[in-house]
This record gives sequence, structure tokens and C-alpha cells, in this order.
Amino acid sequence: MIKLDAKIPEGSLAEKWKKYKSSIDLVAPNNKRKLEVIVVGTGLAGASAAASLAELGYKVKAFTFHDSPRRAHSIAAQGGINAAKNYQNDGDSVYRLFYDTIKGGDYRSREANVYRLAEVSANIIDQCVAQGVPFAREYGGTLDNRSFGGVQVSRTFYARGQTGQQLLIGAYQALSRQVSLGNVEMYNRHEMLDLVMVENKARGIVTRNLLTGELKSHAAHCVVLATGGYGNVYYLSTNAMNCNVSAAWRAARRGAAMANPCFCQIHPTCIPVSGTYQSKLTLMSESLRNDGRVWVPKKMEDVEAIREGSKKPTDIPEDDRDYYLERKYPAFGNLVPRDVASRAAKDVCDEGRGVNKTGLAVYLDFEDAIHRYGKAEAYSAGKDSEDGELVRKLGTKVVEAKYGNLFEIYEKITGDNPYVTPMRIYPAIHYTMGGLWVDYNLETTLPGLFCIGEANFSDHGANRLGASALMQGLADGYFVLPYTIGSFLSKEIKTPAITDDSSEFKRVIEEVKTRLENLLAVKGDRSVDSFHRELGLIIWDYCGMSRNEEGLKKGRKLLKELKKEFYSNVFVPGEMNEYNPELEKASRVADFFELGELMIVDALHREESCGGHFREESQTEDNEAKRDDENYTYVAAWEWKGEEEPLLHKEPLEFENVELKTRSYK
Amino acid sequence: MNLKLKIWRQPNKEAKGKFEVYEVEATPEMSFLEMLDVLNDQIIEEKGNPIAFEHDCREGICGTCSMVINGQPHGPMGLTTTCQLHMRHFKDGDTIVIEPFRATAFPVLKDLVVDRDSFDRIIQSGGFVSVGTGQAPDGNSILIEQEVAKDAFDAASCIGCGACVAACPNASAMLFVSAKVAHLAYLPQGQVEASKRVKRMVHQMDREGFGNCSNTYACEAECPKGISVENIAKMNREYFSSVIGSQKK
Repeated sequence: MIKLDAKIPEGSLAEKWKKYKSSIDLVAPNNKRKLEVIVVGTGLAGASAAASLAELGYKVKAFTFHDSPRRAHSIAAQGGINAAKNYQNDGDSVYRLFYDTIKGGDYRSREANVYRLAEVSANIIDQCVAQGVPFAREYGGTLDNRSFGGVQVSRTFYARGQTGQQLLIGAYQALSRQVSLGNVEMYNRHEMLDLVMVENKARGIVTRNLLTGELKSHAAHCVVLATGGYGNVYYLSTNAMNCNVSAAWRAARRGAAMANPCFCQIHPTCIPVSGTYQSKLTLMSESLRNDGRVWVPKKMEDVEAIREGSKKPTDIPEDDRDYYLERKYPAFGNLVPRDVASRAAKDVCDEGRGVNKTGLAVYLDFEDAIHRYGKAEAYSAGKDSEDGELVRKLGTKVVEAKYGNLFEIYEKITGDNPYVTPMRIYPAIHYTMGGLWVDYNLETTLPGLFCIGEANFSDHGANRLGASALMQGLADGYFVLPYTIGSFLSKEIKTPAITDDSSEFKRVIEEVKTRLENLLAVKGDRSVDSFHRELGLIIWDYCGMSRNEEGLKKGRKLLKELKKEFYSNVFVPGEMNEYNPELEKASRVADFFELGELMIVDALHREESCGGHFREESQTEDNEAKRDDENYTYVAAWEWKGEEEPLLHKEPLEFENVELKTRSYK
Repeated sequence: MNLKLKIWRQPNKEAKGKFEVYEVEATPEMSFLEMLDVLNDQIIEEKGNPIAFEHDCREGICGTCSMVINGQPHGPMGLTTTCQLHMRHFKDGDTIVIEPFRATAFPVLKDLVVDRDSFDRIIQSGGFVSVGTGQAPDGNSILIEQEVAKDAFDAASCIGCGACVAACPNASAMLFVSAKVAHLAYLPQGQVEASKRVKRMVHQMDREGFGNCSNTYACEAECPKGISVENIAKMNREYFSSVIGSQKK
């Protein structure tokens, strides 16, 4: 039976982390050398944690299913990373970043964790600069910032549109340094397929070598999961193709509580779907909303003309365009948070005003920005700022300098030139706020099992603000876990090296083997992908941008039927003991079925709208999300019970420092 | 559109590979990898053995996808990874030849999948700044000129895919190695270890069995991220000054 204890330190909000750090039990250097830590995943959270733990002197084993630790999907984050540096002198502070994150998360995250995140955010920038991350600079050589959705200060640091890449390479290099020093043993192409518990402590994992198919167990004093989010349950998402929930889900099956699984983030600016063969969706950074204006035509006849191709978007006069975000939310305009922007796009498309053949797209238009920047450039260069052609040329240059690589990606995929014609965008699943439940130490409900980065649930509540994922991943890995892991390991200094020859390890290896053999043995008629696509559609239709009781119940029923068919009709070619991507996929999809069902159960139980979770039954008169603080101000942590109904545990959220308000961006 | 594909099949590292011919029906909006997905679906439907190829982010940034398409690493489009290549750049009736990246230091593991661990080992030999977590001064205490930050970024945008090696007639890794050397050498943070770094990385590159650079610039031409050969010149300068410089090294 799971018991939730968040272990939030005593004291005022601003003092908690400071006091915690100065009072936590430490592990002496001679003992650190004897303690082993397994880190699964080498994205921002995993690589930074593995490097930092190794620097401290722990013996680290790091695992990735990629061919190299440099490939995790953190690499694709475009826009930037937040930090409360207040370099712009615009009134930013640790408290403000904390407040924005709590508010942005629609008051469904834990105050103490979020405040700590805001506190360490500034250190992250310093650390990354010292590693050689080439952040954008001002003329005077200082670090440049930009603003991002949902906030009114400029606190986002960036490296062109490739911030995630540069931060990950920084963490990868720090990790590589520890590998070369012999402090980290690196396992590439190893996928974690199960967790091993010994005497109620997480003591190891079972992996499959993806090249040879060999199953092997690895033992350590504790295990850290940094395995990312589960957005690929939707099949089409902005996640990389191989992102999956298996590591976290296997932990959940071993007794770790899974928190708020229905909190998924739908990102408003992605390239729309173009065909049924489509394998993934591509994100266009939210930073584009700084300068792009979102609109659809006011008149249905224009919509139809555009779909037929008889009119181009540039033919629609200004008065016939509906800049619906600016109209509905004058205070934040195009910079409203992601959930609000996504739902607004869905609303106009539901009204029939979507602008591509599928009816599922809106425009993101840069014409104004090009004009505005061009005029300023012409003026400052002493040229004629009334010369339309010159202004366009100069403005295009400015926009190119800011967003060039994003515009290139867009053009490569769609064949359209966004400097000339507005981009077409539509929301897509992008990030999952839910994840394994962790306490203040980032420890799950299983002793010795820690969870960091997107894989845990802790900091973003029901909605994540832009440029905060990179911040959280690196905060957990560089500056939080290296301290908090001591809470567990300081009690393990007398524990001798853990070996994998105990019966627990042997049993789990056997279980994994049976599971994979069973998938290979079905020998049915349908490919793994065909099941995954269908599963994704069910979750998208019934547990996507908008949810209601009837739909959720129907979705659950459809999911169960499909799951049944999966185990009787899936075809997995090849053998266990070889390089076999189809087998990898099959085992991941099997776990997505179970997670997907839990998402629906969670969405069904939470009869309120908050953040990314919009229950149609709970909305205001003007169709905005209506939270129910009286009944739902808690974290829903689910205990998996196999064939039985999952068991709900509640962690009440106490807000001592912020007042719960209706989140309004009007 | 109907396409004929000649694809390299090789069951494992030791086996001898050969080309096999497939036919597939594609549409112009598909990406190249989606076209291969469709082919694999077809093969799976016929209970065959699908073609192994590596891929992950499918947005041109993770560096996982590889393959040589009609003789060019990442195919015919400049500044484009295989995953970002779309079928509208091919014609109905085309025959497309698909092979793995070929280099001694990149052994073929299966079909189109190669082993690029050598790149990791080169980075491990010195491609970093030795700064432990928590040791950093305030970010703005290190001022960096915009131009310098730009040059460093351009070099740092390498995705580690290995197309430069596959493109080079000598299978040299100079572009990859020099991009990292240059990225860190441009920045003040990387200066302290610059001399040690370049020697170690070049030494490791040689040990991995990559060939020498003979200035064909094929690497730059095929690099999906447009990494410039100027980095190679920069690395050579760094290397010479580290070997024959007057400072005690």
C-alpha cells in the first residue's frame, strides 16, 4: 500500500532549500566511491545527473537506448531556457519565476518544488556558459534574453533556435569527461525493460542490448530514471520516434505511483498533419509567437476559397481576418500560455474556419513583424523607411536572424516559404506534465528509485510554461538530485556492493524474457505500428485537447478492445537475440496500452478543467476552463493494480504563499 | 509515385552484404523515412524481414539518421538530413540506391545501421571544458563578442551524424573533430585547455582509423548543418601552435 509523504522541509518558502542543503546528511568522499548509482536516460536530466554524481565521486552506470548519449530528444528543444537572472532589469525575480510557474501550471504543482526550481535556475545559466554553451549575446557581449508565452518579463536564454541541442551537447560533454575519467560506465544501445526491487529497495534494472538482444541485469545501490515523457502514447507527437514510457511504466508496475497522467501538453504551434502515412509532427518553436500573429478568416467564403486554392492568405484583407487570440485575450494576445492557445485554435477549427484541406490549421503570420523590424532597421541606418521594398528586405533579414532555422525546417517539410506566405500551424501533443510521483527529494514511492526531468510529475502542474522543460531537466540533474540523493545514500554507506546474483534479479530477467517471447509468439497479421496508430487516435480523440465523460468511457472501451486484439493479432518479425526494432516497438506499445488506460481513468476522475486538462462539463459561460479548487486541489497519484481498478492516492496541495486565482490572460 | 529501391542488406557485422531490389508506392508529401516506413509495412505484411535503419527525432537535429542516397550522404538536397528529405524531390519511376555510411571507423552493424561509437570516444578524449557542477562564475562575467558567439555556435551546431566521414574519399573525420575543437577554441571558456584538447582529439581520431584530410571539401558539401571547412583550418592552426608553440605544454 502506497503512502504519500512529500517530505517538504519546514520553514518559510525562501528558506526551505537553503536549510535543507545545510542540514542534509552527507556522504563522505571515501564512502561515495563505494556507492553505485544507475542513471537511465541521457537527455538533459540524465546526462547532467550522471556527470554531476560522478564528479561528486559516486560510481555511475549510465544507460541510453540510443547509439550515443548525445541523441536524446532534449536535443530538439528550440526556443530557450528560463532563468530568474533579471539581466534585463525588467522586474524579474526568483519569486516571480516561481509565481509564473505556479500560475501557469494552474495551481496544480507543489509550491516548495517550484520555488526551488526558480532558485537554482540562475545557476544553470552560469554552469552552461562555463561549459561553452554558445548562448545568444548582445552587442556588448552580455547574454541576450527573449520573452516567452505566459509571462511578462524577458527571462529566456537561447542559442538561436537550437537551445536544447546546445544545452544537451554541454551536458553530454560533461558526461563524456566523466566517462574518460573512468567515473561513469556508459552503456549505449541498452534499453531498460524492468526494475529490480530487493528487500523493498530499488537495486537494479534489466536491460536488453539492442544490437545483440541480450538480456542482462545491472545492480547498484539506487536507480535514477531520467527517461522522458510519454507523449508518444498519441503516436503522432512532437516527440522523437523512440520516446517511450516503458522505464517509468515498469517502475509503476513494481509499485511506484504515477501522478496526474492525464496532464498532457498540447503545443499550439506545430506543422499540421498532411497524410495517413505520417510518422511524427514537427514543432515550430513557441518563440515564433513573439513576432507571429495567429489568425483565420472571418468569412466562411474566404475559408472555402483558400481550401480550394482560388485565394491565397495574402489576398484576405486585414478587416476580414480574425486575429482571435488578440481579440479574446487582449492583455497577452498571441503570447497566451500553450493550453489556452491550443484550445482557441481547436475552437476556430471546430467552427469550420480551419485553413487547410483537413480543416485543421490556422495561420501564423509574420508580415507585421517583417514590416515593423524593417522600418526600424531602415530608420537606424538612415535609409528611407517609407520604401516598401527596402523595408521588406531589411525586415526579412531581422526575422531570418531570429528564426531562420525554424523557417527552413518549415519550408523543408511543407514546401511553402513562410517569409512570403503565412505558416500553417495546428496543436499537437508535445510534453507530459504527469509522470512518476516524487517527493521533495525526487524519490518515488519506491525507496531508492529517483525520477528526474520530464519523467517525473513535480514542477509544471497541469500546464508547463515555455522554456521551462530545459530548466527543470537541468535543475534536477545538476543542482537538485546531487544533493537529495544523499538522503537515501547516506543510509547505505554500510551496504556492501550490490550484486545481481540474487534470486530477485534472476526472476525479473525471466519475467522480461517471457514477456518478449510472448510478443514474438503471437505471429498475427497486423504490424505494431498499425496498433500504435490506432491507439494514438483513440487517446487523441477521447483524451486529447478536450475531454468529456461519455467520450472518456468510450475511449476506454475502445482501448481495451484494441489491446485484446494486440495480444492476439500483432505480428513481430525476427528473433529475440538480434537487432530487432519491431520487437522494441512492440514492447513499448504494450506499455502504452496500460499507461493510456490510466490516463483515461485519471481524466475521468478529475471532473474539473485545469491547464492542459479540459473537461467539457467544467467550463465558464464564455467557454474558458473552470477549475474546482474545493474538490481537486491535489495530486492524483495512482497505484497500479493489474487487472483491478487502479487505486487513487491524493496528495493535497497546500498553497501558503500564493492565492489561488482564476487564471486569466484577458 | 512508383519507385524502385536498391537497398543494401547485410544481416550483421560479419556477414557479406548485397543489394536487394524493392518497389514502393510513395506520395510527394512523404518524408524519405516515411517512404521507408511504408516499404517496411509492406515487408512485414508479407512476413519478411524489415530493413534496419536508424532514426529518431525526424526533425533534423538528433543526428541519428544516416544512409547514402544515390551516392550522397543524406541524399541530394543540400543542408538536409535524410529525415528532412521529402519525396517531392524525386520523380515517378525513379530508381533510388540506398546504402549505409561507409568507413572503416563506422562498421556496418545491420543493413543501413552503422557503429559511430568512435565519435563518442573522440569527444571523451578532450571535447569538453573541465568545469564541475557548481564551479561556474556568473554568466555575464564572461563577455563574448556577438561575432565570436556566432562563430562558436556555427561550429557547435554539428549534429554528429557522420555524413562528413561518409562523404570523404579518405573517410576522414576532420570536419567533425575540427568543429568541436573550433567551437571550444573560439570561446574564452575553452581557451585554458585548448592546446591539450586539440592534441588529444587529433590523436584519438587517428587511433580510430579515420583517414587523412586531402582538402576535397566533400565533407562541407554534404554536411546537413553546413559546418564550414574553415574549422579544419582553425584546428590545424590550433594543432601546430600546440605542438610547436613556445609555451610549455
